[in-house]
Amino acid sequence: MKERLGRVEHSGRGTEANRGECREAAAAAALTFRGLGLRSAPAALPGLPGDRATSRSDLHRGSLERVRRAMDGADLAGKILSTWLTLVLGLILLPSAFGVSLGISEIYMKILVKTLEWATIRIEKGTPKESVLKNSASVGIIQRDESPMEKGLSGLRGRDFELSDVFYFSKKGLEAIVEDEVTQRFSSEELVSWNLLTRTNINFQYISLRLTMVWVLGVLVRYCVLLPLRVTLAFIGISLLVIGTTLVGQLPDSSLKNWLSELVHLTCCRICVRSLSGTIHYHNKQYRPQKGGICVANHTSPIDVLILTTDGCYAMVGQVHGGLMGIIQRAMVKACPHVWFERSEMKDRHLVTKRLKEHIADKKKLPILIFPEGTCINNTSVMMFKKGSFEIGGTIHPVAIKYNPQFGDAFWNSSKYNMVSYLLRMMTSWAIVCDVWYMPPMTREEGEDAVQFANRVKSAIAVQGGLTELPWDGGLKRGKVKDTFKEEQQKNYSKMIVGNGSLNSESD
Amino acid sequence: MGSSGSHATVIPDGDSIRRETGFSQASLLRLYHRFRALDRNKKGYLSRMDLQQIGALAVNPLGDRIIDSFFPDGSQRVDFSGFVRVLAHFRPVDEEEAGIRDPKQPEPLNSRMNKLRFAFQLYDLDRDGKISRHEMLQVLRLMVGVQVTEEQLESIADRTVQEADEDGDGAVSFLEFTKSLEKMNIEQKMSIRILK
Repeated sequence: MKERLGRVEHSGRGTEANRGECREAAAAAALTFRGLGLRSAPAALPGLPGDRATSRSDLHRGSLERVRRAMDGADLAGKILSTWLTLVLGLILLPSAFGVSLGISEIYMKILVKTLEWATIRIEKGTPKESVLKNSASVGIIQRDESPMEKGLSGLRGRDFELSDVFYFSKKGLEAIVEDEVTQRFSSEELVSWNLLTRTNINFQYISLRLTMVWVLGVLVRYCVLLPLRVTLAFIGISLLVIGTTLVGQLPDSSLKNWLSELVHLTCCRICVRSLSGTIHYHNKQYRPQKGGICVANHTSPIDVLILTTDGCYAMVGQVHGGLMGIIQRAMVKACPHVWFERSEMKDRHLVTKRLKEHIADKKKLPILIFPEGTCINNTSVMMFKKGSFEIGGTIHPVAIKYNPQFGDAFWNSSKYNMVSYLLRMMTSWAIVCDVWYMPPMTREEGEDAVQFANRVKSAIAVQGGLTELPWDGGLKRGKVKDTFKEEQQKNYSKMIVGNGSLNSESD
Repeated sequence: MGSSGSHATVIPDGDSIRRETGFSQASLLRLYHRFRALDRNKKGYLSRMDLQQIGALAVNPLGDRIIDSFFPDGSQRVDFSGFVRVLAHFRPVDEEEAGIRDPKQPEPLNSRMNKLRFAFQLYDLDRDGKISRHEMLQVLRLMVGVQVTEEQLESIADRTVQEADEDGDGAVSFLEFTKSLEKMNIEQKMSIRILK
């Protein structure tokens, strides 16, 4: 009986469809066993004389009691697990397969918003006026005089060098040391008001008991209720993706295969998004990227990919990784043609451009998804778009992604956290809330080179998403600025002190 | 900068730094966070490379000289007190403070004289107290890169040294430097106000 019970549970876990039946079977089996157990002890020892019979049956009954209790415990655990999984299946997995929402996350978000508003009011009432350090997170900490070089050097064009020129440059230099636009973009945005997460707590002072209680409750809810649920979902989502795409990949090329692969991708992405409690608003769906185009977006974290693929299928571009990512990549490419490069191939820009050109030339293939910044930025600004993606030709479909930092910070600081701890942080935040704006397609105009085109697209995305626009390269996260920028500044200064006529043409 | 979650950050030698530089507690805290943010590998000090990674500083024509001013006496590391000491030169001059200053105390780092001294040592490469024609040429070359010919640069250097040099030794001493800039509003041009 025990073995049969074990086997039923085991097979039940293997396929989702049997889970409901598994629960009934487990309950039935347990009852039967209990019935048999009660009857078996006296039945096994019929007609023995009093004392020895009692002691032996006592022994039997004692051990059977223990076994029965263990079975009860296992049975209870089995019941909980199966109820849990049925709930997960019914409330989350099935609706995501059909793209339908049951409204549970909306209720959760409403409660969350109300709680955070209450917390903000309490904090504002609690802190004394002087210690409220900032009312806007994006105002700089030093008073800046943004006059251009000419005005700052208090001269007209063509005037001569003065000893006092050093003042302007040293001031600008020291200002950059105290605060520069770029370095702050590689760390998480500071919040205006605390959102009850330990990690965003910078200047917290004890305000009131109630606030602390709410915070403790929040910690419990996030780590004990939400985290296991989210991890389960993520696990299911990823396994489904790998299994599904491998299965679909076995089929011959046909429209059925494409339809199935789309279904598998969409379902699994929706499951994964729910595993992060993601609430995404898509705007202007009529501009969703079409086949044969290139989709370009600002980059904040690897989750961007998930967010975009929930609403449409894309062909992804990237390096081949090892480990779990590698398995996912290899499985996905069987179902629909993504463009994965070996590390050595990435260095050869012509090869990359050629392959991408071939991909978009085929109008039946899915649009390519590219992040031209090349690295993760903290979602307060858009940095330089590398011109490589804009040299391929074809239609560019810009997309702006803006996260709401109040519910959870999505920025991946890759120097501080590795992928696993990043994902854990994501899963223990309140939620991931973001807006996605699809924008009208753009093409390169006559007489516009790739760099100008890239800047045009960058401005459009920055304006739409409400982000600052910076001309700096995201590569500054790891490396030094290129010498060409310094030469530009030197050129400007030289023009001033020497005059127009006598410049060297050694530039560039 | 960043959500480090530290309340009551303790700045090492905070009190003595505050006395020496005159920064307020809030400003000092901001500068300390900035120091930690620039110190990417959490070494506890800054090296030249940490400062060179600031884009806006690397493209500044005087960027290298400014970075050098943080590393006096050939050292390769600057700790927080050294960092703040340089920045203290740019603290805005507080009128009241200048009035009630005790003449026996050393001059505050942000006095007019000290600001001028800071500017002077940006030119004075070998720290001998004089800006020679050769040093002027070198600094000019740093500022213009390859954009200007050698002859033009030499004529500019010659003219500048001649205008400022009073005792005819072919070099600009600190006193001559201050005299040529006596009409300039140094306090305003070399001040950075930290808002919060």
